[in-house]
Amino acid sequence: MINVQNVYKTFYVPHKVQALVDITTNVAAGEVVVVIGPSGSGKSTLLRCLNQLETADSGHILIDGIDVMDPKTDINKVRAEVGMVFQSFNLFPHKSVIENITLAQMVVRKRSKAEADQKAMGLLDKVGITDKAAVYPDQLSGGQQQRVAIARALAMDPKIMLFDEPTSALDPEMIGEVLDVMKTLAREGMTMVCVTHEMGFAREVADQVIFMDEGAVVEVGTPEHFFTKPEHDRTKLFLSQIL
Amino acid sequence: MALPGKIPRARGRGYYYLWVGVFFVIVIGLISMLSYATQKIDYTWRWYRIPQYFVYHDQVEYVAEIDGEVERIDRKGETATVVVSGLGLTETYEMPAAGVQVDKGQRIYPGDILGIHGRWRVGILIQGLWLTLKVSAIAIVFGILIGLFAGLFRISDNPALKWSAVTYIELIRGSPLLVQIFIWYFVLGTLINSLLAKGGIVQVPPLWFGVAALATFTGAYVAEMVRAGIQSIHRGQTEASRSLGMNYFQSMRYVIVPQALRRIIPPLAGQFISLIKDSSLLGIIAIRELTKATREVVTTSLQPFELWFICALLYLVLTFSLSMLLQYVERRTLAQ
Ligand SMILES: Nc1ncnc2c1ncn2[C@@H]1O[C@H](COP(=O)(O)OP(=O)(O)OP(=O)(O)O)[C@@H](O)[C@H]1O
Ligand SMILES: [Mg+2]
Repeated sequence: MINVQNVYKTFYVPHKVQALVDITTNVAAGEVVVVIGPSGSGKSTLLRCLNQLETADSGHILIDGIDVMDPKTDINKVRAEVGMVFQSFNLFPHKSVIENITLAQMVVRKRSKAEADQKAMGLLDKVGITDKAAVYPDQLSGGQQQRVAIARALAMDPKIMLFDEPTSALDPEMIGEVLDVMKTLAREGMTMVCVTHEMGFAREVADQVIFMDEGAVVEVGTPEHFFTKPEHDRTKLFLSQIL
Repeated sequence: MALPGKIPRARGRGYYYLWVGVFFVIVIGLISMLSYATQKIDYTWRWYRIPQYFVYHDQVEYVAEIDGEVERIDRKGETATVVVSGLGLTETYEMPAAGVQVDKGQRIYPGDILGIHGRWRVGILIQGLWLTLKVSAIAIVFGILIGLFAGLFRISDNPALKWSAVTYIELIRGSPLLVQIFIWYFVLGTLINSLLAKGGIVQVPPLWFGVAALATFTGAYVAEMVRAGIQSIHRGQTEASRSLGMNYFQSMRYVIVPQALRRIIPPLAGQFISLIKDSSLLGIIAIRELTKATREVVTTSLQPFELWFICALLYLVLTFSLSMLLQYVERRTLAQ
């Protein structure tokens, strides 16, 4: 479903940073991959290269067989198939909850308002906040906002979902409600790439864990592997800090 | 509530009332100084003469043009038709039924009044005010449109669009509005109207060159506000909308621009208030807006003091209403 081959990315402003160094990884359909690593290790950059919010310098990225780095590819089409959930939610503050979820359905998928509304209500039910359809995002708690953001991405019927630290801006008591939604998605067979340090989540649903450091993939394995016998010293050090 | 840069200090009620009193003393003092000064130069205030420039009662007289007698009067609802005939000629006059002054068979000489009709008409100041309002409203609408597109072009990656916008904005902001009005009227206006005349098409009246000058002038300032407004919207909004598959235009149209416009309502209000005031310059190209209207009345009435105060007051009414309206719009949009 996702094939990343020898991807490099360097930032030159404000100073030279090698954000991604020779990344190669594959994610099969229905697989859940958790990406972990210290701050600045390039996790977000990797995720953002997948849907071209960031352009990699070299290498190949295939999403469902389509080379997203090929200039001839209609990137908007690919993005509609790849949902993304951000650390800071990024809901549209001038739109109500339901409008947040219906906007792209109508604009991109060209669905009728009735169709989009119906879809949105179904998804709000799924993430457990049907009673907030008419309110504006700033009246919601962080956990509720993030669940709306997930519903917004799901409304496009994506084949892949990307999560960039979806719970790290949340108060501890709200983390669970967001993770529950993500676990449900994972069990339903969604292909997911999640940057998260919630190791409980990784243990429960991840098929693969990728540990990154300084722009490179250091270690890849099952959650079991990481919890029981991590190989590299850097991995051990990192895990000892977050667990 | 503490004011910025201030630490509130406990003060008695007397302190407050004392300084409120001082304020009113200053205001009353200034007014009496003004009236004392006008007495010194023997200026007579005649406020009672002012209302006629707002509305006045006008009498229309229907005058016979021929010799003869009233053949008949047909009354149909509100209007009456008076038919006069004599010496082989017949004339018909239409007038409001209530104002008919003659009877059937009456002898009529040329110049006789057949009927009178009085009606209220708006005076020159109100006409000027209306024109100012009209010119400003049209210029505001076009100013918003021009500014929106120029602002979007300004932040575009395309050099043709970007440089056009930069050139436009810098040219307009770098020269006086008065000069721009002259250029629109005497240069572009002459060119356009001469070309239209060659083609045998109707001429563009000066009003439209005035509106164009105001709209392009305002557009440049609005463009800078739009640019700043758009750049103030968090990157995450663009990323969220683009990650849903929206293209650049959809993301701008549905997500970024609506938020940016809400944010720039206060500076826009200031710009539009300036525009209303700047429209007073249009008098120089023969557009009889409020200021020019006032100047004309001043020359005929010789009551400049009253008239210029009234003129300022009328502008204040316009600008204050606009400011209230935009505050209302702002509250409405931010309340969501
Ligand atoms: N737009 C950018 N411009 C310049 N440098 C950037 C940019 N985005 C990321 N970087 C740099 O690239 C490196 C990797 O950043 P990235 O955000 O991918 O790390 P991360 O693993 O997601 O970290 P965190 O856990 O803090 O989110 C960092 O050194 C960062 O400073
Ligand atoms: Mg990150």
